[in-house]
Amino acid sequence: MSAIEISNLAKTYQVGFFRKTEKAALKNLTLEVHEGEIFGYLGPNGAGKTTTLKLLMGLMFPTAGTASILGRPISDPQVKRSIGFLPEQPYFYDYLTARELLEYYASLSDVPAKERSSRAQRMLDRVGLGGAANTQLRKFSKGMLQRAGIAQAIIHDPKIVFLDEPMSGLDPIGRREVRDLIQELNDEGKTVFFSTHILSDAETLCDRVAVLNRGELQGVGVVADLLAETVGKREVIWEGASTALDALGTKVKIVGDIARTVIDDRQADAAIDAIRHAGGRLKSLMPVQGALEDYFLKHTEPGAGAEVKSE
Amino acid sequence: MTTSRIGHIAYNTFREAVRDRVLYNLIFFALLLLASTPLFGKISIGLERIVLVNLGLTAVTIFGMLISIFIGIGLVSKEIDKKTLYTVLSRPVRRWEFILGKYFGLGLTLLVNTFFMAVGFLAALLYIAHGFQRSDVQLLGALYFIMLQFMVIIAITLLFSSFSSPMLSALFAFGYFVIGNFAEELRGAANLLDGVSRAIVLGISYLVPNFTAMNVISQVAHSEGITGALLLQNSLYAIFYSAAALSAAILIFENRDLK
Repeated sequence: MSAIEISNLAKTYQVGFFRKTEKAALKNLTLEVHEGEIFGYLGPNGAGKTTTLKLLMGLMFPTAGTASILGRPISDPQVKRSIGFLPEQPYFYDYLTARELLEYYASLSDVPAKERSSRAQRMLDRVGLGGAANTQLRKFSKGMLQRAGIAQAIIHDPKIVFLDEPMSGLDPIGRREVRDLIQELNDEGKTVFFSTHILSDAETLCDRVAVLNRGELQGVGVVADLLAETVGKREVIWEGASTALDALGTKVKIVGDIARTVIDDRQADAAIDAIRHAGGRLKSLMPVQGALEDYFLKHTEPGAGAEVKSE
Repeated sequence: MTTSRIGHIAYNTFREAVRDRVLYNLIFFALLLLASTPLFGKISIGLERIVLVNLGLTAVTIFGMLISIFIGIGLVSKEIDKKTLYTVLSRPVRRWEFILGKYFGLGLTLLVNTFFMAVGFLAALLYIAHGFQRSDVQLLGALYFIMLQFMVIIAITLLFSSFSSPMLSALFAFGYFVIGNFAEELRGAANLLDGVSRAIVLGISYLVPNFTAMNVISQVAHSEGITGALLLQNSLYAIFYSAAALSAAILIFENRDLK
């Protein structure tokens, strides 16, 4: 069974007061997320990531299309028992202590009363806030709030966890901690769907990713497959005869006696022959490692997709 | 379970109000006013009790109304602005449960608040009159009617805040409260008009809550009794009016996109 199934989901906003115009925030999104995977939902600001999450959480209503979670339509209240959600830049009831907050959310998720307190403490320990359990949230730093946010998203032991920009605004240590936590959740068998524009996090964590731009899906798949689109190139390093590859028309960088350039895969044989022929000595011929960033930039450059409002 | 979720939301709303400094400021001023009522009584020789009851119960009404409106307008909008609502509605909480939880939470806040103000008022009365009369039981009836007014105005504030900004909601709700206190006068005025203007004024007088019937302050100040029929009539009226306003608030909120 799919964890999440989205079919032709669309959301259009009415903007303007007197002369209303329509702005499409999400266009015919079709997507499937498998159970047990870490799925990265990538896109620049305003791509429609938060809109998608709000539609899945039932905070907004789609203009068209359908979506289901664990086989049930998103409008079914039962779905909410199986999901946890961390909104972007979360803000919580700051008059509550961390423990009170978690106990409150546990009660809203129908966690039995006798389990709430122990579960809240366990979750706080897990996200490293065990020592701040009785501190009011108004005294929390941004990183602590983010961790409390993750704790509230998993307090009821959901099967799927939705995280909207979970690393946003965190320092490198905080990001690392959140990344480890996402991996741990996945190791426990939970499906994790998280939106981000920090590509290195997605590349490290995700089994599959989808790239969204201006409300339109640009691509979805296993990270390695997507990267294959951006590779097909090799880096050549040779010594002496620095002009040997001038005929290929590539830009050559020369440091001392060493020359370096990047060529297409199909030019590899010709390049080896040319270097030998010119009296140079080949030192290295390595495939270029593709980066998610290349794929992302290729699919999210200005002008790609139609104009949309913000997320 | 639905009732338990409504209860948890109500308790959290109550907890928020209790931990809010604004509430204490208002209660402080209300108690200060109550404490000063014996002074007003001394100015009007022979009318101490009447002045005290009038001033005291009016203070309870006005301060309670201010708390209802100023906390009420933020009940929904603050949760949307701060996105706290997102983490609530992404759980098995239905939107109508959230609205009802908020309603009962603020209702509980007002009940506790009215209780303390009533204790202050009765203490002031005891200080002036050196004892209670049998007819003072009527004061409890007046306080009950004041509480009914709060429950109606909270429902109205929730209705306005389900679709408009906090500032507009406060203006609308306050306007409703003021006009509601002249509902019967409006009905009388409508009878002097004719045609469309009569229909409009009459329509408004029935649309706004009839707080005139719930205001028995002057009556109990003169030790006049409250009939059982009035108790029943006002109770039913407050229940139905609040239910109608809450239903409209839920209907609007159920279909609202939380941007």
